[in-house]
Amino acid sequence: MAKITLDKLRHSYMPDPKGPQDYAIKEINLDWQDGGAYALLGPSGCGKSTLLNIISGLLQPSEGRILFDGNDVSALPPDRRNIAQVFQFPVIYDTMTVYDNLAFPLRNRGVDEAKVTARVTEIAEMLEVTEMLRVRAANLSPDNKQKISMGRGLVRDDVNVIMFDEPLTVIDPHLKWKLRSKLKELHQKVGVTMIYVTHDQTEALTFADQVVVMQDGEVVQIGTPVDLFERPAHTFVGHFIGSPGMNVLPAEVKDGAAFFSGQRIALEGAIIPGAGLHQIGVRPEFVSLAATGVPATVRKIMDLGRHAVVEALAGETRINAIVEGTLPGPGEAVHLSFRPDQTRLYRDGWIASEKERAA
Amino acid sequence: MRKVNQKGWLFVLPVLLLVAFNALVPMMTVVNYSVQETFGNNQFFWHGLGWFEQILRSERFHAALGRQFLFTAMILAIEVLLGVIIALSMPRKGFWVPFCLVTMALPMLIPWNVVGAMWNIFTLPDIGLLGYVMNHTLGIPYNMTQDPLAAWITVIVMDVWHWTSLVVLLCYAGLVSIPDAYYQAAKIDGASNWSVFRFIQLPKMKQVLTIAVLLRFMDSFNIYTEPFVLTGGGPGNSTTLLSIDLVKIALGQFDLGPAAAMSLIYFAITLFVSWLFYTLMTRHDVK
Repeated sequence: MAKITLDKLRHSYMPDPKGPQDYAIKEINLDWQDGGAYALLGPSGCGKSTLLNIISGLLQPSEGRILFDGNDVSALPPDRRNIAQVFQFPVIYDTMTVYDNLAFPLRNRGVDEAKVTARVTEIAEMLEVTEMLRVRAANLSPDNKQKISMGRGLVRDDVNVIMFDEPLTVIDPHLKWKLRSKLKELHQKVGVTMIYVTHDQTEALTFADQVVVMQDGEVVQIGTPVDLFERPAHTFVGHFIGSPGMNVLPAEVKDGAAFFSGQRIALEGAIIPGAGLHQIGVRPEFVSLAATGVPATVRKIMDLGRHAVVEALAGETRINAIVEGTLPGPGEAVHLSFRPDQTRLYRDGWIASEKERAA
Repeated sequence: MRKVNQKGWLFVLPVLLLVAFNALVPMMTVVNYSVQETFGNNQFFWHGLGWFEQILRSERFHAALGRQFLFTAMILAIEVLLGVIIALSMPRKGFWVPFCLVTMALPMLIPWNVVGAMWNIFTLPDIGLLGYVMNHTLGIPYNMTQDPLAAWITVIVMDVWHWTSLVVLLCYAGLVSIPDAYYQAAKIDGASNWSVFRFIQLPKMKQVLTIAVLLRFMDSFNIYTEPFVLTGGGPGNSTTLLSIDLVKIALGQFDLGPAAAMSLIYFAITLFVSWLFYTLMTRHDVK
């Protein structure tokens, strides 16, 4: 087990990158604490898998270093980094039994057979596959195959980090939840650092203690699921996490106050001075229908059972509100009010309002 | 109960007719010849299983059959091993892939009798490139028309040259179908090159390899044109394989009865060995 440090990491798939647009990974500095459960979240093509392959050593970064517990491993091949990786599609050695599959990484490292048996039995127990140990791995169902590929990572007790590259892609929806909670449980039991790559916010938020959100080869925010939801550091995070995502409204800043279509909007705190393109961000959960506020017309209502998402138009801007109780009708004129402590200002995408200290 | 759609038979019918007229009906005439004796004039007399007995007891047949098995065993061993090795060492991505594939496919595009003629000229001691270099440049006596060993080596090298590509291309198709994740997982699991071959590449190649072995067995066991054009079965009878011997009996001596009986025995052996290979190579798949 180890703390993993990414130091000024950059990667380009082109032989001669000219500018930032040629980089799949644009300078990342990051510490993954020992024993943490991390999720790497971002849309397809944002560089998550590239970053994962760089950590595992399947890919050599163009620039920068990777440190495990302070030791530079940038030049080491995957097998010498002592990591494990679970892939999108289950990788199983078809001709072997489940037992031999689990024993494979240990036998390759010359572990003596008594210890192999002990470890394999222990891990099989944890994964609840004990009764399948003698079965040919080719005959398993996809979710069991994926369990076995996880097991091949867990079976080595000295593994530095286990990485999961969208491991639930081929799993049936009703088994996804089961496998995910199994994974969470395993993390608590074994305490190995785990990095879980996904583009699915539910997977990321339920699995991880810390979520790293990436966009276009850059880390946009690192935080707990609550941080990401409550105080997105970038409009992208606000938009990407949450369903529906954060409302982003064009704003003007005058005399230290923010205005949306002529109305002054109360923010969480003072505005950090600066210039640029301003936007106001507020989650639908904190928008309510009120007697006064921003005037808008209701366009659409999606009733989700416990609450409804009301989509309203304020001028040209679409604003979502989550409403419980009595619903307005389509076409109705309403006033929207934003909860001030959950309303923030963004400048060029990045947060530009200060958090009010709790009284 | 699932209702079975009987319309399928209709689609199989044309192929069935075709096979009937180009294989089954001619074969029935062979069966007909094999149990009769003729002295010409289109007069036939019942002979029972006499011809079969005669063939099965004939030393000439035993010798040809022995040569046939030796030939097939040797080319199978060489071509499968060589084919797998070449397929493994071919690039799987990039600029050289089409080049390698076309080069590999070339020998297979040449007609059988042209291959025989090419190698015949190639090995002529005084004017052929190989024959001349061996005899006059390297000083190694090499004359395929006089030395049985030289004739055998030449026939085998020719077949390897002509048909290894088939094994290569089939294995290569199996190899490129392996996703990268398998190799990456193996790397992370610390697998040696041998383990990668044994547990990832070989299992993926197994099915195509079964087909390759079957095709090469049937083709080589029935081979006629190339060795006939190259050596004519000689020197003496040293490279007279089963099919060459059969043609000698049927068309040279015009012994229709024995030739027909021999054809049927020949066919039965081919069928049996093919079945044996198939069963042995796929026996682990069931479960």
